[in-house]
Amino acid sequence: MTNAALTGRPARLWVRKNLFRTPLDAVLTVVFGSLSLYVLARLALFVFVNARWEIIERNLKLLLVGRWPADQLDVLVTSVVVLSLWGGVIAGIVAGRQIRKGTSVIAGMTPTQRLSDLGRRFGLVLGTSLLLLLLTNSSGPWLMAGLMLVGGVAGTWSGRRIGVRFLSPIVARAGILIMAAVPIATYAYMVSAVPLAQWEGFIFNLSAAAAGIILSFPLGVVLALGRRSKLKLLKMVSVVYIEFVRGSPLYVLLLLANVSLEFFVPASIAPSKVIRAMVTFTIFTAAYLAEIVRGGLQSVPRGQEEAAKALGLTPAKQMRLIVLPQALRNVIPAQIGQFISLFKDTTLAGLALGIFDLLAGAGVITQQDDFRGQGLIIEALVFVGFLFWVGSFTMSRESQRLERRLGVGTR
Amino acid sequence: MTPPIPKSRTPFYRNVRFISWSFQLVVFAVVAAFVYWLFGNYQRNTASSGIPTNFTFLGSPASFDIPGADFEPTESVRNAYVIGVLNTLRVSIVGIILATILGILIGIGRLSKNWLVRKLSTIYVEVLRNLPLLVIITFTFLGVVLQVLPRIEDSWTPLGIMVVSNRGIGVPWYSGTSGLSLIVVFFVGVIGWWLLARWRHLVADRTGQPARAFWFGGVFFLAALVVGWIVLGGRIILPMVDGKRIAGGIRVDPSYFAVLIALVIYTASHIAEIVRGSIQAVPVGQGEAASALALSGFQRMWNVVLPQAMRIAIPPLGNQYLNLIKNSSLGAGFAYFELTQVTQVTVGNGSPAVPAFTLALTFYVVLSLITSAFVNVANRRFKLVER
Repeated sequence: MTNAALTGRPARLWVRKNLFRTPLDAVLTVVFGSLSLYVLARLALFVFVNARWEIIERNLKLLLVGRWPADQLDVLVTSVVVLSLWGGVIAGIVAGRQIRKGTSVIAGMTPTQRLSDLGRRFGLVLGTSLLLLLLTNSSGPWLMAGLMLVGGVAGTWSGRRIGVRFLSPIVARAGILIMAAVPIATYAYMVSAVPLAQWEGFIFNLSAAAAGIILSFPLGVVLALGRRSKLKLLKMVSVVYIEFVRGSPLYVLLLLANVSLEFFVPASIAPSKVIRAMVTFTIFTAAYLAEIVRGGLQSVPRGQEEAAKALGLTPAKQMRLIVLPQALRNVIPAQIGQFISLFKDTTLAGLALGIFDLLAGAGVITQQDDFRGQGLIIEALVFVGFLFWVGSFTMSRESQRLERRLGVGTR
Repeated sequence: MTPPIPKSRTPFYRNVRFISWSFQLVVFAVVAAFVYWLFGNYQRNTASSGIPTNFTFLGSPASFDIPGADFEPTESVRNAYVIGVLNTLRVSIVGIILATILGILIGIGRLSKNWLVRKLSTIYVEVLRNLPLLVIITFTFLGVVLQVLPRIEDSWTPLGIMVVSNRGIGVPWYSGTSGLSLIVVFFVGVIGWWLLARWRHLVADRTGQPARAFWFGGVFFLAALVVGWIVLGGRIILPMVDGKRIAGGIRVDPSYFAVLIALVIYTASHIAEIVRGSIQAVPVGQGEAASALALSGFQRMWNVVLPQAMRIAIPPLGNQYLNLIKNSSLGAGFAYFELTQVTQVTVGNGSPAVPAFTLALTFYVVLSLITSAFVNVANRRFKLVER
């Protein structure tokens, strides 16, 4: 009694089981298989043969940093290197704490496993960076990338060792303050060199997303607390704000900021377009963050608040020390999701306010004398879309990983 | 024995109710003062530059053309707004229906036993979900519609019943009868479908024969449409190329097409994830029980798993529908005359910006509130009633 499915070699078995289980499966496999082969072939033909990537190569700097003054590029490089050092330190502190608490996943790995783990998580970003470097034909970007790498690694290395040495709480608090001050100081340094109105290209998208998410955070938390408050007036104000903003399209809000802000604030303080965009992003994101934080507050068991009350903490301290930290920890993945969607939505500012962002840049470069009317918009969009995709995809995978670690929804 | 508790009143500044009310009043006063400041600035600025703050601009002539609509530039701005609202609803409703269908198919595909289908669905979701919508619309508009589609002179005419070109896509459409009588025929068909399906289910319950409600109802529906068509004396007009434009039939605007496709494929990637999560949240035993009853794969999905999954999926699906409606405002960047574009153009033509945008925002907020009210009703109706 030999069964056809059981006598095959493993590979054949696998194919039968996964591709030709039933007649319908076989049809699906053949149809979608040939279709995807065709698409893949066309795509490969486009990317490696037909596409005229020189439009990207020639305009790489314009797309990434816009018209950032050439004599101020060193400011950019210094800031980026400082920020990667800073990010490294934070990553190192987190990793060090996990190792000491015994919750680290990386600690039990061999160096090769560790390397492949890093490759899986950040290989795409590193590969894209390498691709961008290969497209440039000057040495500056290579130097910057090298410095960033050194800064990141040095930061991680020292970050891991911090915590053991910081024994006194005063030193630890000073450390936290310094860590909070670094990005603000870097930002001030960059603004003092190049005014915000001239931040263009990918720099605009990145910094607008970062500013939006950081600035909207306090407002979002306050709105969430307001919405859950027993105080009726506070609740009303929060609900009206949240529902109004969540009901309006971001694009219309940006248009409104563009054409009608002059009516509402004195002309002397009417800000530049970039600031308008950032403020609108903040106002918009705060409403969504408020709903996320509200979900987090609801996920904290009532017993926590009651226990804090039993310890005699004031209502403010109950919230600040007991409830809010747990609530915010539970919603970190959702916050990252919001950050990703803001990162993608920064492209709207180009269309609504006429800011020269990465996507607007893609349209502009196809109008240059050398490239006009040659249908190169596809090349430009593929490049721009790829950059956004790499960022969003990496962040969303990191957020899924974090979600598994935090065990949100599994308890 | 116990010493008498000294009688003392809590001072008013330690009274909880006093503290909470004064705190609220302070916050409210700050917010109100801010709003008052903004509004005062607005009144001063508009008065000094002579810009009207009322809605009389709605009555003045629009003086712009709306491609693809029966609209004269001499008509009022109010009528332009109506067309804008209708266009927003048109792209939103069609988009929601198509995105739901595509999203459910891909969501099921992500859990398919077929390796290739599973991988392709995953690639679709991961690629589309992580791209900015604006990049996708720009691509469908500038990249596909304006570049891949042929010029009107050498347009494609598949099977001779359609015209595909970058000036628009012509689709056969009815003529000779009023739209209203067709809608009546349509509803007769739908009601007949529903009645037949109920009757078949009753028969099935009584006799144990297979219900085949879908086939009975569907055949009746199609028959009703064809018979109604013939009785009403309707004809079909095929689109054809007439010089530089498409004549006859109904013309799908290229920008409508681009915006719709982009909204559908983008939203479908989010819906697919919701559907996948909801299907995985249905206990495995349900599917296994369906298999044990010898239901086919389709019956198992359609009659057992999917109804339970959709119950879980309703609230997040509602969110995606809201997002799609709001995202349709991006059509403004691509010459699709929906509400935002109408507002933008009329403001550019000299209508006062603040009232014009207030009108648009009010519409979006009201539409969002209506949609979420619908979602809440649906959620309550389909929610699992716990014993």
